[in-house]
Amino acid sequence: MIIKILGSGCKKCVTLGENTQAALANLGREAELVKITDFAEIAAHGVMSTPALAIDDKVVSVGKVLSASEVEALLKAH
Amino acid sequence: MEIFRWLNDQLLRMDWLAALVRLLVEDVLGLDMAGRVGASLHFFIYDVLKIFILLSVLIFSISWVQSYFPPERTRRILGGLQGFKANVMGALLGTLTPFCSCSSIPLFIGFTSSGLPLAVTFSFLISSPLVDLASVILLASIFNWSIAITYVLIGIVLAVLGGSLIGRARMEQHVAEFVRHTPVLDVEQAQPSRHERLAFCTGQVREILQRVWLYILIGVGIGAAIHNWIPAELIGALLGEEHWWSVPLAALVGVPMYADIFGTLPIAEALVGKGVGLGTVLAFMMAVTALSLPSLIMLKKVVAAPLLALFFAIVVVGIVIIGYLLNAFAYLLT
Repeated sequence: MIIKILGSGCKKCVTLGENTQAALANLGREAELVKITDFAEIAAHGVMSTPALAIDDKVVSVGKVLSASEVEALLKAH
Repeated sequence: MEIFRWLNDQLLRMDWLAALVRLLVEDVLGLDMAGRVGASLHFFIYDVLKIFILLSVLIFSISWVQSYFPPERTRRILGGLQGFKANVMGALLGTLTPFCSCSSIPLFIGFTSSGLPLAVTFSFLISSPLVDLASVILLASIFNWSIAITYVLIGIVLAVLGGSLIGRARMEQHVAEFVRHTPVLDVEQAQPSRHERLAFCTGQVREILQRVWLYILIGVGIGAAIHNWIPAELIGALLGEEHWWSVPLAALVGVPMYADIFGTLPIAEALVGKGVGLGTVLAFMMAVTALSLPSLIMLKKVVAAPLLALFFAIVVVGIVIIGYLLNAFAYLLT
């Protein structure tokens, strides 16, 4: 599983990355965490508001710093 | 009316702050307000404090409104409209969206890929950096309400007309190929809670102040220098209303500059104080905010040269025309 954090590298994206890592640890899952900071690449995912989260190239959340438990719910639903 | 004027003077123009800074300059530092050093210092301290106070309050309240209009919703609203109405709505929604021109590229891609016409997207792109609610209040604070409202109306007219013209030019083939193949996301977005909105607003205030504080200091510094050190004759010789070139010169000088409207306001204030025409000054401000090298370079990644050139030309010509018109009719606004 590849998880992408899309965002220009602001503080919000860092927090989202940390929360995602926490969520993965809570669920005991392994995943590759990729940070996408190039705005053209972010936009190419169809994302207009950052930070956004994509699981296996499917964008599941935009414009929100998800909490660890919210990420867990998204991971489970995936 | 008296009460309204008093509120306006104290809350917007912050006369109390001017008096307070005057006390500081004259009594604490022992400088003469009639002298150059004292006057520059007063201009600098008063303007910096005023802009920071107003800006914090304004960004907070405007972020609150903005939190109801995320780009996804804006796109949905615009997608439901057609023709001229869509242009006007695009320009109006542009005034509500974030201040930085760097966020306009993801929006451009998101809008275009979902099938919004170029006319609407460009109306939005022109008005977004040019007009925002914070700049209206700051203009009212530094100049007066009629100038502030005129600036907004003109900005919106420029955005609507500019967008329409670009739409007429049929330049769809000049949009980068990958933009059209970008997927249109339809992620369900939950309404943020009151607590999240509050966090968003305070976050915006911090983020924007962090980004613009240096520009504001530089802007006010230049303003203070113009205000007290550069002779009015020199500025008049360059930018005086009697010269036909003053407006285009102001616009061309402004284009490569990259600053927020908040940094340019103190410069505008000082220039008007030196007798430069209102149209010339507003043309300069519009050029600085609407067009900048960094945003043009970013736009270059998504649109080809002809479309970029058309966008550039329409905005510059529009700004120059507005400058001449305002210089001619400025007497109605004071």
